[in-house]
Amino acid sequence: MSDIIKIKEEYLNKLKDNLDHNTVSNLKSELFGKNGKISNEFKKMGSVPVEERKKFASDLNLIKNELQSLIEKKIQDIEINEINLKLQNEQVDVTLPERSFNLGKIHPVSQVIDEISSIFSEIGFSVQEGPDVENEYNNFTALNTPDNHPARDMHDTFYLDNKKKFLLRTHTSPVQVRTMLSGKPPFKIIAPGRTYRSDSDQTHAPMFHQVEGLHIDKNINMGHLKGCLNYFIKEFFEVDKIKMRFRPSHFPFTEPSAEVDIGYEIKEGKIIIGEGDKWLEILGCGMVHPNVLKNVKVDPSKFQGYAFGIGIDRLAMLKYGINDLRAFFETDYRWLNHFGFDPLDVPSSYRGLSR
Amino acid sequence: MKFTIDWLKQHLDTKYDDEKIIDKLTSIGLEVESFENQSSQQDEFIIAKILNAERHPNADRLSVCDVDIGTKEVVKVVCGAPNAKKDLLTIYAPPGAIIPKNQMKLSVSKIRGVTSYGMLCSESELKLSDESEGITELSSKKYENQIGKKYFKNNSSKVIDLSITPNRADCLGVRGVARDLAAAGAGKLKKHYQKKIKFKGPQKIKVKITKEKNQGCSAFGSCLIKGIKNTESPQWLKDKILELGQKPISAIVDITNYIMFDLNRPLHAYDADKINQGIIVRNSKKSESFEALDNKKYTLQDNMCVISDKSGVLGLGGIIGGTRSGTELDTKNILLESAYFNTKSIRKTSKLLNIDTDAKFRFERGIDPDSIEEGLLKAAKLIQEICGGEISKLDVQKNETSKKLLIRFPLALFQSITGFKVSVKEIIKILTDLGFVVKKKSNDLNLIVPSWRPDILQPIDIVEEIVRIKGYDQIKIELPEKVREKPTLSKQQKLFHFLQRSAASKGYYEAITWSFTDSKINQLFKEDKNEVEIVNPISSDLNVLRNSIFSNLVIYLKKNLDRGFKDISLFEIGPIFSGHKPGDQKTVLAGLRSGKISRLNWIENERLVDIFDIKRDVIQILVETGFDQNKFHIVDKSPSFYHPGKSGTIYLNKTDSNPVAFFGEIHPNILKKIDIKTEALVCFEIYLDNIKETNKKLKDQKTQYQYSDYQKSERDFAFVIDKKFKVQDLVNIISEIDKNLIKSIKVFDVYEGENIPDDKKSIALNVTIQSSEKTLTDEDLEKINQLIISTVESKSDAKIRS
Repeated sequence: MSDIIKIKEEYLNKLKDNLDHNTVSNLKSELFGKNGKISNEFKKMGSVPVEERKKFASDLNLIKNELQSLIEKKIQDIEINEINLKLQNEQVDVTLPERSFNLGKIHPVSQVIDEISSIFSEIGFSVQEGPDVENEYNNFTALNTPDNHPARDMHDTFYLDNKKKFLLRTHTSPVQVRTMLSGKPPFKIIAPGRTYRSDSDQTHAPMFHQVEGLHIDKNINMGHLKGCLNYFIKEFFEVDKIKMRFRPSHFPFTEPSAEVDIGYEIKEGKIIIGEGDKWLEILGCGMVHPNVLKNVKVDPSKFQGYAFGIGIDRLAMLKYGINDLRAFFETDYRWLNHFGFDPLDVPSSYRGLSR
Repeated sequence: MKFTIDWLKQHLDTKYDDEKIIDKLTSIGLEVESFENQSSQQDEFIIAKILNAERHPNADRLSVCDVDIGTKEVVKVVCGAPNAKKDLLTIYAPPGAIIPKNQMKLSVSKIRGVTSYGMLCSESELKLSDESEGITELSSKKYENQIGKKYFKNNSSKVIDLSITPNRADCLGVRGVARDLAAAGAGKLKKHYQKKIKFKGPQKIKVKITKEKNQGCSAFGSCLIKGIKNTESPQWLKDKILELGQKPISAIVDITNYIMFDLNRPLHAYDADKINQGIIVRNSKKSESFEALDNKKYTLQDNMCVISDKSGVLGLGGIIGGTRSGTELDTKNILLESAYFNTKSIRKTSKLLNIDTDAKFRFERGIDPDSIEEGLLKAAKLIQEICGGEISKLDVQKNETSKKLLIRFPLALFQSITGFKVSVKEIIKILTDLGFVVKKKSNDLNLIVPSWRPDILQPIDIVEEIVRIKGYDQIKIELPEKVREKPTLSKQQKLFHFLQRSAASKGYYEAITWSFTDSKINQLFKEDKNEVEIVNPISSDLNVLRNSIFSNLVIYLKKNLDRGFKDISLFEIGPIFSGHKPGDQKTVLAGLRSGKISRLNWIENERLVDIFDIKRDVIQILVETGFDQNKFHIVDKSPSFYHPGKSGTIYLNKTDSNPVAFFGEIHPNILKKIDIKTEALVCFEIYLDNIKETNKKLKDQKTQYQYSDYQKSERDFAFVIDKKFKVQDLVNIISEIDKNLIKSIKVFDVYEGENIPDDKKSIALNVTIQSSEKTLTDEDLEKINQLIISTVESKSDAKIRS
């Protein structure tokens, strides 16, 4: 038997056993290392007689390949085995809690303001703001509510001076005055913001939020007012149909004036908007009084239009099933967590107002 | 404004049923608040069952009963009736009820040491029979299922309660409501029928309205009724007064009230014998006083409209009469007043004196000046019918005659405002039914406004009259166009909304708190701002406008800590105030965090929140907003309510004069003062007004996109430097060396202690060096290394740590 067959037999035999990684590596270098047995056989190639050389070379290569692939496989098996063995020791309890992540919350009033802005943006209203502290003129007089007018009694006003010249605005309507005084018609704005009345009980808070709407142009009539509010209410409550009722009312700064009720019913203790035969008052509106237009230097014979005021907190309560108005402002961590919104939920028309 | 359907039907001929009337009222702008049976004293008596009766510990004849009155809780009642036994069904009267027999009002009382809540009633006490032996016994068959229900059926007619808007003075009388309904097609307004009166002689008491500035009375009508017998009102009149929710007093008073609610015509009756000579209507003098019918003494100021006689003030015209000339049951002769008082004068006086009466409520809204005679006649006739007596001729003194208002109404205005058409014929009919005198003149209507409508002043008011009578449901919906010509939000508004959501995305819960706060807390955060007091706060702990959002946020933090929360992150974005004028306000985003990070966490080590947590939040918010962190300049001065050593101020650029943000720990003294117990508390503020608007969009602010594929190298340096030296300055020195090569600098260690002198610290930095032109050679790198060391050592007292 030639040397190389012997080598082959010997190593095939050795490799039969269950070997560890090291032993296999050692066997590998015994064969193929610089002075490995197979390597040495190759070195002998020159001394093999010419007529035998071809066969020798071919045999040697076959043996080399066979051993080599056997060793490779052996190593691979060992490695897979090692990994499998390791994996058995690497089990974690995946039911343990993950690392913590804290996402904050957006207050429902802020969310609803964004919803409202998104809806009115679609029909061309832009957002205007005014200061929380107002003068008596912008809050009342310019809005056709002169001193000694009984309508002033309906607004329990916080005053900042004894002469009652400066106050916390009782509604967002002074933004109408500011907007019209500082620009030229047409006007098409909404003005959300904080408003204040010195009234505090279960259903009244000394501070609350309103959104004012104003659209002044040529030929704007009560039909447009109705259409605008109908659109808004439907969009806001995300319903296809809404039962709405316009009722005559009185505000000094609009004439004719209206209050708007929406239909609702109570099902399983929850309020359902848009159906049923009960009415819920949600806003006041009307055609801007010519006296107001004159006060803000707009010619009522050329321009006319409507204004409305909506309680934002109340809208939020209705849409999101919040019962207590006072809770909005009490900063109870549990309440904020429960009713607050994910900051990534930015209301938009194409993605829908709410999820 | 309350009345019954029957009362309404005295003025309105209608085929409408109750429900239709109610709907119509609402649709024409007379909002129905409620339509219910009037509550009566009898509602209080409740069917009850004695669950247990024990002998009173201190009295043999009394028993202490546990009574089921249909509520969750059983009440204890002490009872003297021998038949008060377990399981008896009877009638219970709660504290507050008035016993019909003796008109006694029950209250919670102790009877021989045992508290009794209400009473069990006998039949005689309820005026059911004369049976006074023992309490009422109800058959258990009939009443067993009715425990807790009212014993007496409420048969009273239903009362409409209208909420009348301040412009509709005319509808503060039943006749005015009827007129509106008639105009809206609900029926026909009945003709006013005045019974004939035989007048006896002139009105002998002289009435004078003084002519002076600010005279609040323009007309004073009166008549004298002699030889009357004042009495209790007949039942029909008592019922009317009760329907209004008021108490019958005497025929004279009830009649004047009745006329007021029927015709919206306030009247006043004086005991004519108590008037000292004539009546003078004049302005009051300061410190005059009188006792009013509400039994309060009022001290007057100058220029209040008073009705007086020679002895002094009798009453405040149109507001309240005085006791000195009040009518009593034994009054023989009365002077009946029907006057017109100026709305503003009434309002001013009643506000100053804080008096609210039904008459004042009507006069300040404006009553019909032409109703003086009508009111006198109707009341006088009624008085005569009930109390007898002789009626004098009417006397009407006038300082000025009321003028009719004329309006020229362009017919086209209606459609222009409402968007729909109504025929001229129908417009004329509506207005005529409302009492206007109408004359058509080409395309206009010439209108005389009825005297009872002081709210109608110009053509737009006519539009409202027509549209409300026609019904708002006639207005056609014009769908809005989806067109946007202007951007919805301004830059500043976008910034507001961005910051709001950015803060929330860092784990903060958004709060909305009052714009006002407790001055005691506000003091701690106000700095040099003016305190802005509210003249009429709702409570003493909400008495100033907040100078800082923290004034409120710390209060609510404390409340949440008290609720047992420890790790709290809150923010609010909103106004703070620095003065009492419009515009003296700034918009601020303020946030605070308390407690620990990773509290009770199995995998991460828990630690207190610290200034570098809050700094990360505020810097990250600013970076997200679009500012370059590399340009931020941070200094260690901050407002005094921050911890002096652990707080900082951020400028967007080194050259800016206004800081955009503050951050740090709250001063420990303040925590002590507010008594906040938390392990750690850090906070920040961003001043939106100090963030300058740029016209450039974010995309335009970005530099060109460039990157280098050449190899980059990182080198670590450690410098030993003065303890007070700011890392920011060290980093700046290095980055200035070669902006092209030095790509980033990271501070990875700050060390003080062993091996470092006491007044020094060691700062370790990792600097990334990369060229965009070539691969740097070892020599290049060595050069820049040396340059970094030499520059730092020369520009500061730092030494490279070897």
